[in-house]
Amino acid sequence: MIHAQGLTKYYGPLTGIEGVSFQVERGEVVGFLGPNGAGKSTTMRILTCYMPATAGTATIDGLDCFEQSLQVRSRIGYLPENVPLYTDLPVRRFLRFVASAKGVEGRKEKGEIDRVVAVCGLEKVAGRIIGHLSKGYRQRVGLAQALVNSPSVLILDEPTTGLDPSQIIEIRKLIKGLSERHTILLSSHILPEVAQICQRVIIMNKGRIVATDTPSNLTHQLQKSAHVNVEVKGAASPALMDAVHGLPGVLGVKHANDREGRFIVETDRAEDLRPHIARLLVERGESLLELKLMDLSLEDIFMQLVTEEKVQEEGSP
Amino acid sequence: MKGFVAVYRKELYSLFASAIFYVVAFTFLVIAGYFFYSNVAYYNIVSFQASQNPFALKQLNLTEMVLRPYFLNLSVVLLFMAPLLTMRLYAEERKTGTMELLFTYPFSDRTTVLAKFSAVVSAFVLILAATLPGIVFLHVVSEPNWKVVLSGYLGIFLMGSAFIALGLFTSSLTQNQIIAAVLSFGLLLMFWVIGWTGSFVEEEFHRVFQYLALTSHLDSFTKGVLDSRDIVYYLLFILFFLFLTLRQVESHRWRG
Repeated sequence: MIHAQGLTKYYGPLTGIEGVSFQVERGEVVGFLGPNGAGKSTTMRILTCYMPATAGTATIDGLDCFEQSLQVRSRIGYLPENVPLYTDLPVRRFLRFVASAKGVEGRKEKGEIDRVVAVCGLEKVAGRIIGHLSKGYRQRVGLAQALVNSPSVLILDEPTTGLDPSQIIEIRKLIKGLSERHTILLSSHILPEVAQICQRVIIMNKGRIVATDTPSNLTHQLQKSAHVNVEVKGAASPALMDAVHGLPGVLGVKHANDREGRFIVETDRAEDLRPHIARLLVERGESLLELKLMDLSLEDIFMQLVTEEKVQEEGSP
Repeated sequence: MKGFVAVYRKELYSLFASAIFYVVAFTFLVIAGYFFYSNVAYYNIVSFQASQNPFALKQLNLTEMVLRPYFLNLSVVLLFMAPLLTMRLYAEERKTGTMELLFTYPFSDRTTVLAKFSAVVSAFVLILAATLPGIVFLHVVSEPNWKVVLSGYLGIFLMGSAFIALGLFTSSLTQNQIIAAVLSFGLLLMFWVIGWTGSFVEEEFHRVFQYLALTSHLDSFTKGVLDSRDIVYYLLFILFFLFLTLRQVESHRWRG
């Protein structure tokens, strides 16, 4: 559905993105993840035909974003970052403008507006001027304008930024509901959000894609080691920790900071070492209080990827 | 075409929902009304004097004494008011980021430029139409030459449209409405006075400058003469600035 090949964009001497390639299949929900300035918005702006790429090609539904811009634009719904809207127009009037701008036929216009108003829960504010609405409602109006004329692709640039927690949950629900009918590409710098909504994550940093996979695969593949939390009654003696370190497959043992009986065992992922650790501890006559495998959160992986990149760049001459 | 209607309607709505339009229309009509009144009053006094002096009667001419100065007065008021109508057109879109919506809806940049231009011209025609009761009044008490009235209004319409095209262009240059208005006013004033160089440049240059000046082309209209050169001048002026606007908007897209 969306196909990007070697997208590059320079802003004068500054590099926006470099060599970005990815694919999104029909019906997929894909999330762009990255710190601010990673190039998420730039990539989206190229896909939505807001601006052309310096190099590389982007196609949507087989149509080139630069050559067949008008056809591409009629197939996408776009929610720009910060949700720019005509604040002097009432909601319904604005949606009418959008409907006729997107070429909805006059007869179907009212029905289409009623539909997006209902989908986005805007019934209460449909007659109010956009400038007087709260941030949450504006976000919904932004989403509503993207949905007008049921485009097959939705491109949402940070759809939940600036909302309060309950609004964030509502918007996420809304987007999840939309995923049945649309191919969705969204960006975010909130990691759990992407993990919740998206089937696939594209992590960007400094204008490049650093990883692409499903949230669970990313967690699995990128975990080079698994951590096991162990807590025993009383203080963990150095002799005990040395003994644990001696087990095959253990990479390191270190004290946890919070309690003196607790320590963290770093293991390779070849085998679950919990039974071995338990046996060892019991054999040594320790009272085992806790034994828990810790999974790296997406957040940890993200930090790992982003910082690794940094280290490499600093290391290169 | 769909996009044109959409943007055109939206622009008109925004215009009529803003205070600027009403302030501009009010000020324009008050000043135009004052000029009209003073012209008619002056004509009145002279015609009283003429009733005692049969020789002066021959010089009494409604076109020369009321209509012509009135149209020239209108053009001056327009010079001050047009930049205020056009300043927000693109500047506001750029400031609030709604340009990103316009750029990603399925219609061309050319459509947007034309729709914005047409919307402001329509609003301007509305303001101009509000000055017609004065002419109707003149028709009741006297016999104005309707051909002069029509050609005069055509001239003002063309000139106003030219002002709007230039204003649209300066609005596309900046995010700041004030800067757009000042640039527009400055450029219009340049085109206004450029024909007054007769005393210090060579004859050929003077003629070129005079042809470029906005004012010199209104003259024939106010006399009731439709000169194709003047019509072509205003149309070219409009096309030129619409073209520049389109190029500017497109370059904005390229620069991202």
